This record gives sequence, C-alpha cells and structure tokens, in this order.
Amino acid sequence: MKLLHEMRMALRLLLRDFRAGELTLIAIAVIIAVAGVTTVGFFTDRVQLALNRQANQLLGADLVISNDRALPPEFTQEAQHRQLGVTQMLRFPSMAVRGDKNVLADIKVVAAGYPLRGEVRIADKLYGEDRRAPSIPAPGTVWVDERILSQLNVSIGEKISIGNKELDVAAVMTQEPDAAIGFINAGPRVMVNQADLAATGLVQTGSRIRYRLQIAGSAEAVDAYRDWVAAKLQPGQRIEGIRDARPEIRSALERAEKFLNIAALVSVLLAAMAIAMAARRFLQRHLDACAMMRCLGASQGPLMRMYFVHFAVLGLVASAIGCAIGALAQQALAHWLGSVVAVDLPRASALPLLQGMVIGLALLLGFALPPIIALGRVPTMRVLRRDLGTPDGRGIAGYAFGYAIIAGMIFWKASDLRLGLFVVLGFTGAMLVAGALAWLLLKGVSGLRNSGISWRFGIANLRRQPLGTIVQVIALGLGLMALLTLTLIRNDLLHAWQTSLPPDAPNRFLVNIQNDQVAPLNAFFAGRNMAQPLMHPMIRGRLVKVNERNVSAADYADERAKRQIEREFNLSWAATVPKDNRITAGQWWDSTGTPREQYSMEDGIAQRLGVKLGDRLTFDIAGTPVSATVTSLRKVDWDSFNVNFFMIAPRGLLETQPVSYVTSFHLPPRNNELLNALIQQFPNLLVIDVAQVMAQVQKMMTQVSKAVQFVFLFTLLAGLVVFYAAIASTQDDRMQQAAVMRTLGASRAQLTRAHLAEFAVIGALAGLIAAAGASGLGYVLAVKVLNVSYNFSPLAWLAGVVCGSAGIAIAGYLGTRRVLATPPMRVLRELA
Amino acid sequence: MPSTFATPAVPAINVSLLGKQVTTGNTALTILRDVSFSVAAGEAVAVVGVSGSGKSTLLALMAGLDTPSTGNVHISGHDLFALNEDGRAALRGRTMGFVFQSFQLLASMTALENVLVPLELAGIEGGREKATALLQRVGLGERLTHYPKQLSGGEQQRVAIARAFVTSPSILLADEPTGNLDAATGAQIIDLMFELNRERSTTLVLVTHDESLSARCGRVIRLAGGMLQP
Repeated sequence: MKLLHEMRMALRLLLRDFRAGELTLIAIAVIIAVAGVTTVGFFTDRVQLALNRQANQLLGADLVISNDRALPPEFTQEAQHRQLGVTQMLRFPSMAVRGDKNVLADIKVVAAGYPLRGEVRIADKLYGEDRRAPSIPAPGTVWVDERILSQLNVSIGEKISIGNKELDVAAVMTQEPDAAIGFINAGPRVMVNQADLAATGLVQTGSRIRYRLQIAGSAEAVDAYRDWVAAKLQPGQRIEGIRDARPEIRSALERAEKFLNIAALVSVLLAAMAIAMAARRFLQRHLDACAMMRCLGASQGPLMRMYFVHFAVLGLVASAIGCAIGALAQQALAHWLGSVVAVDLPRASALPLLQGMVIGLALLLGFALPPIIALGRVPTMRVLRRDLGTPDGRGIAGYAFGYAIIAGMIFWKASDLRLGLFVVLGFTGAMLVAGALAWLLLKGVSGLRNSGISWRFGIANLRRQPLGTIVQVIALGLGLMALLTLTLIRNDLLHAWQTSLPPDAPNRFLVNIQNDQVAPLNAFFAGRNMAQPLMHPMIRGRLVKVNERNVSAADYADERAKRQIEREFNLSWAATVPKDNRITAGQWWDSTGTPREQYSMEDGIAQRLGVKLGDRLTFDIAGTPVSATVTSLRKVDWDSFNVNFFMIAPRGLLETQPVSYVTSFHLPPRNNELLNALIQQFPNLLVIDVAQVMAQVQKMMTQVSKAVQFVFLFTLLAGLVVFYAAIASTQDDRMQQAAVMRTLGASRAQLTRAHLAEFAVIGALAGLIAAAGASGLGYVLAVKVLNVSYNFSPLAWLAGVVCGSAGIAIAGYLGTRRVLATPPMRVLRELA
Repeated sequence: MPSTFATPAVPAINVSLLGKQVTTGNTALTILRDVSFSVAAGEAVAVVGVSGSGKSTLLALMAGLDTPSTGNVHISGHDLFALNEDGRAALRGRTMGFVFQSFQLLASMTALENVLVPLELAGIEGGREKATALLQRVGLGERLTHYPKQLSGGEQQRVAIARAFVTSPSILLADEPTGNLDAATGAQIIDLMFELNRERSTTLVLVTHDESLSARCGRVIRLAGGMLQP
C-alpha cells in the first residue's frame, strides 16, 4: 500500500518535472544516446550482414562444403530441412576439344539454383554487351569464357566436345561469382548443366573431381548449419566461408567491423557523459524540493525510492523513444546506402532494440544514482539555508557504479577483450589525467585573481564548484577526445583503404614461370611498353619439423592451421624487406644474407602454427629437408594484391632448390588480346585473375567508408549533446551570478568577456586533454587493433586546443546569451 | 552651471503611470497599474503592502531590472527606459545600491571581493581600502577573506549592505532586507542601514511588509492589487 503510494507519487513528480521542463535535457541525452547506439547497432548489424553477403558473392554462396568424393546426401537434406538454399556443383579439369584444337579447361558442372549468391553474366558474342544470366546453361549447351573462344577458335553457336559429349556453345561468360577462390582456377572455364554430366563419361574412379555443396540463407541459420556440419566432417571434407578464402577480404571486413564497433563504443561513452552532466543539473535543481519534502516528513528511504522509480520510468520512456528514432534513422540510412551500393541490406534483427533499451536504462540509472543518493541525503536545513550546498552523493565514488556499467558495456559491445581493454583503459587513463590537470588548473588560476574583473569573475566561477568544474572538464575533454580519436583513425582507415588499391594495382597473377622464361617474359612486357613486373622466386615445400619435432595436421586444433600443414608452403628469397611488409619482431638479415640459415615468417601464420622467434623450422622441398631458424616476423599488407609470401629466406638458403617464378601485373581492362598473346607464347603459365576479387573488395571498401562516415556523424551529434549538457550543468549558477552582476551595473560586454574567459579556459584544457588522449588512443587503436599505419598529426593538438576553447566558448556564449537579453529581475525570479 | 543632480526641483526618482502585465498561458495578470509618485533626493520612503501587491515589481522597475508594460521612471531626471540594458546597468552602477531579501552575494568571491565588484565594474581602481573600511564599518573587519557560505545570514546581509554603499550611490533600494533574518539580527541590519543612509544622505526606497520598519521612514507608499492606495 505504502509502496503503491510511493509509485504514484513518483509518477506524479515525473509528470510535474516534465511539464516544468526539468527533464528535457536529461531525456534528450538518453534519447540521443539510445538513438545513436541503436542506429549504430542496427546499422552495423545490417551492414555486417550485407558485407558478409557481398563478400560471399565471390564464393557464390554463404558457405561451401567441398570434398574430392561425393558429399553425403544428409548434408543436402539437412540444409533443405533448415530452409537453406542449397545447390551442388562439381569441378574438374578436362580437355575441351574442337576439331584438331584442344585446351585443358576447368569444367564446372552446375545445377538449378546456381549461383546462390552473386550472379553469372553472359554475352551473346565475344566482347559484346553482357547481361545477368537468368538461369544455368540449358541441357546440351555450355557457357565458356573468352579464352576458350580464342584458344579453340570457336564462335557462339558452334560445338565443342567435353569427354564423350558434344555441346553447343550458347554464350560467353563475362563474370562468375566463384571464379577466383583460393587461386585454384587455372584453365579457361566451361560451365555445363548437370544433366549432361553422365553423358560426358568423365566421372570415373580416379577422376580429379572436386564436389562442392553450396549453402546460403540467413546468417544465423547458416551459422547453425555450419556448426552442425562441422561436427560431421570426415577427413578431406572442408568448409569454406569467404573469410577462410581471401586474407585481403578478411582483413578489410575485420577492420570495418572493429571501427564500427569502436564508433558504437564511443557513442555509448559520450552518452554516459551527457547523462552524467544532465543528472547533475537535475540534482542541483531538485535539492530545494527534496529538502522541503524531508521537512514535510519524507524520510530518506522513500525519497530515494521515489526518485529511483522516477528515473526508471523516465529511462524506459526515453529509451523507447530513442529506439524508435534509431529504427527510423537506420531505415533512412539503409535506403540511402542501398542506392549507393547495389546490395540489398538484409533486414535488421530486433537485437539492437533490446540493446538500446538495456543501454538507456543502465546508463540513466548508472549515472543518475549518485544524484538520487545525494537527493536522499539533502540536509533539511537547506530549507533555511539555501547556500548549504550540494551533498556530494559520495562524490566521485558515486560514479563508480556508472563507470562499472560503462566498462561492462564496452566489453559487451567490443566483443573483443583487447579492444575493450584498450578503450576502457584509454578512457580511464584520460579521465584520471583530465581530472588531475583540471585540479592543477584550478590551483593555478587562483594566482590570476588580480587581473581584470571579467577575467577574474570568469575564473572565480571555475573555482566555485571545484568538483563541478573538474567533472565538466573531464566530460568535455573526453567528448572531444573521442571525436578527435575517431577523426584521426577514420582518416587513417580511409587512407589505408584508398591507397591499398591504386587504379593500376596488379589484377593478374602469373604463376609457374620457369627459370628460362624470365628473360623472354620481361622482353614480352618490354615489347608492349609495359613496366617489367617484379619476378619473385617461388619454391614449394611442406613444413615437416618445428624444433626437430615432426609435425602433422593432428598436432593442431585450428582448422586453418591443419590445412596449412597439409598443404605446401610457398617460400621465396629476398635481400631486402619486400614492400607491403613490416618487421614486427626480430631482425631482417644484413645485405650479405649471412648466416644463410634464416627464415622470415608472416606473423599471422606464425601465430596460427605457434611458431616463435628462434624456432627452427624444417621444410621438405622436393625431398630435401631445408632447416633454418626464424629470425624475424613480418606483418604483410595483404590488401595490396602484390605477390607476398608466408616464408622468406636469404638468397643462399634456397637458391639451389627447384624454383619457379611468380609475378603480378596490371592488365588494362578489355585488353584480352594481350592475355591471349601471353598464353600463346607461354602456354605453361597459369594466369590468375584477381580483378573480380579486387572489384568486390573495392566495392566493399566504398560501402564501408560510407558506413564509417555516417556512424561518425552520429558520434559527432552525441559529442555536441555532451557539450551542451556540460555547459547546461552549470548554467543556473552562471545565470544567477550574471543577473546579480547586471544589477550591480555590469555591462553586456563585461559579462560576455567573463563567460568567454571561463569557457575558453575550460575549452582549452579540455582540448589539451583531448589532443593528448586522442594521439595516444588513436595510435593504439590504429596500430594494435585496426592494423593500419598511424599518421601522427600535430594538427590534432592544434585542432584540439583551438577547437576546444573556441568551440566551447562559442557554445557557452550561445548558451548564456539569454541571460544578457533578459531583464535581470526575471532571471533572479526564475531561479529563486 | 549647477548640476542637475543637485537641483532640488528634480526628484531623485519619478515614477509616472507605471504599469506591468504578465501573461502566463492564456491569462494576463496585471501586477501594477498606473502607479505614479516621486521621491525627493535624501528622502526615505517605505513601500508597503501585502504579498503579491506588486511591491517587489515596483522596486525592480525603479531599478530598471525589469521593463514596464506602460509608463516610465526617471532617475535624477534621466528616462530609465529610454536607455538600453547596458545603459540602465551603467546608470545603476553609478547611482544605485541594492539590498535584497536573499542577499544575492556572488558565491565564488570572498566578502571583500563581493564588495569590490561594483567598483571594478565601474572601472574604479584602488577601491580596496574603501571596501575594507566599509566592511569594518559593518562589523566584518575580521571576515574579509571569508566566502559567503562561511558567513551567517546576518553577516551575508552586512556584506550586501557594504556592497550597496561602496559606490556612494545617491539611491539605495532595499527589498525586504530583513525578510530572511531573525528579529534581533534584522533589527541590527535595519539600524545599520539607516545609520549609513543618514551618514551619506542617500535616498532610500525600502520595500517591506513590516509596519514598524515602515514607521522609521519619512513617507509610506501603500500598494494594494497593483495600485497606489491613498
């Protein structure tokens, strides 16, 4: 009964406060916070889904299970049972024949439904206008690529033979989704309908057939299926997702996800700041009412409970509004982004809504709790002595609860311990430094008391509520720091993406170049006025020993490690660190390459295989064991699409081994003549087309850049709210003082100067803290988390301090302008 | 040529047909209606009336702290509302001192600094001795460096009185100066105010609902329902 009464009372209070406009700021802070977090949540959710899906177009599906024997039918049945899209595909090499000409082709046998992701594009004549293929080749027909047409000298409408079967060439393929996965597509391509497979007579024991089961569906369903199928895999059966396939796409995706996550984290942090500020102001404005209620017989417990309910209801309502805005904003965004990139954004899940509600409530309660406690403890004497001041709500310690909530949220949203740790520690450190600096400043400015009245009045204001000023500086400093950090790493990220793929980036790899072909190949390029591509020696070897201990796939739990052990490594030699490579541990050999027995290893693979600096590795190279010590680890920028190697040795170690060369070059679009000439002159060369992969990566990066910019805008908005809330938190005092000054004869200019002085000091200090923090945090995030190189920017310091003091001075001036335009009596009355 | 300030024919304060309406929501409320009177230089006038009769509004308008809906106020012959906010503030700084019911000291400044503010705003240098002397005069010579929250209510009002007199204003406006104080302290404050007023022959306008206080003034102006009572 009593509880019910308290509830009713709390609701009544809430309504009254709301009508009186007391809750506007706090509600806006929660709404924007929740709207920001949910928009980012919805958005990253959908964009991540979309990016994955777009990446999966390269695979032709969301998931591929492959084996060199037919896959068990239960895999297909289970997928169908789970309402997933599923189709079977076979690939094998075979001769394609026309008359006396023949060529070793890569035959792809497809069934209805192919491809599940992406599209096949075909044209009716060579270099003709292409279009999206409506289905797969009709039975009795094949689609071929341009190399078949030129190498067999065949035209559309004519026939070629595959095995025992003659088939009509119905179209030329200009694009296939799964053309370039894992460097396996060597030969020219022929696409055949499954109905014709038996007639070719090519499926026999010993045929080199790769069976591929393609799966597509919603992300959750695919993940669930992946888990199910992983438990049933037999040796030799393999799961491929796009992330398993291409390191450059994987790293781009992971970076984008990380950045969006950081942005989301930052908006949570900014929201917390804004709410903390707004709640502080609420406390100050409600002390009298609480003192009065305590006078009238309200005891501490019920009073605190009442305000708790008051804030909980406010949190629920504001969070709900924020969620609604977030949902609308991401709709608009999806629409806008949808027209920029031709990818359907998948529907968002409802999870961000739940997150928004939880975050809104947790933030509000986390940061409103200290004021609630303070309100409960207000001395009754305040009714008589208004100047008794503000009970401290257990001071800074009161915010420990809010801090814990924020830290928890960061770890939750980061879903990455390292990232979470960096952000939490970074901001905590910045907060402590900011607090200490603010405290020092307050000490320092006391010495300036004998300067002009405006300056003195401004400074005196800072000292009046030391805790308030410190909190204000921390909030503004961290808000600014978050914005600066994001600006810095956003630029680095965009820069890294833009420069990673210059327009003339290599789009063809040439593999299997023999020793005696190096010179003629160089001449071939020189004869066409093309830059001579760099020839990289390549030696294939299997890793057999680590520190004299034999290794096999069974030694590793990680799937990718297992596969790498089963496969051959590509080793190379080099005198200097290749470009796109950065030594992260150990040392590169000197120019003489001595001692010979050294390996430099890519750090990702080293980590995966558990190899450390100083380990001795033995590779079996065509039957010869070659041992050397790992003396350096390298980070490789896979996004560059240049030729790179996991293992590099000094020249002397590998030179005597059987070697072939590999290179990459940029083939201008529509210059297939060059390709044909190349293949005719060097028929043994393997040409690997990475243009499509690159195009996809570029498209994804464009999309991600847009997403990054948008999310950044949202964070900016959150930052502005922090500024406003921080300034508003001390507004009442400032207005009261200004009104008194006005009464005593202060001119508008004098007051404006005083306010500007106060805000400029706060702003400059906040800017300084922000610049220092952003430089440090930006460095850590860029280098340790996003793996992009960090450009230290002295401009950031200037921008921090100048924008901080100017921005906050202007914001503060705008915020206090009202007091100058309003007759002092009205202000005094309003605040009385 | 004699200064206009010294001419007895020009009243220190002249209020003519002053009116003030405020609108809250849909209802217009008349706080003051057609109030006219003059206060001669050196005169002490009490404005009395029940709560809500418009006393404080009248005082605020006389100081130019608020703007009237109709009518005007002349201070020593200057049309107060012909000036803009800054002009009114400057005029206030030159000619008026204030004592409020709720003291209105600046919390960020010490007692001495509070007293110094009007001098500094007016650009008067070296007022420190004068301010110190005034604080000693009101009995706070030992509390110069104390902040308002370290002072009792009565002490705060003494600081406010010192602040009001520091510019040697020709007019002192006091709004219920004892309203927040106990009777004994209030009496001391009033004694102090009248003493200083006499010493400096200031024109005094005192808003109060305390009849015993108004009896100490030379003239009493009664307000009821926003209108002057005969």
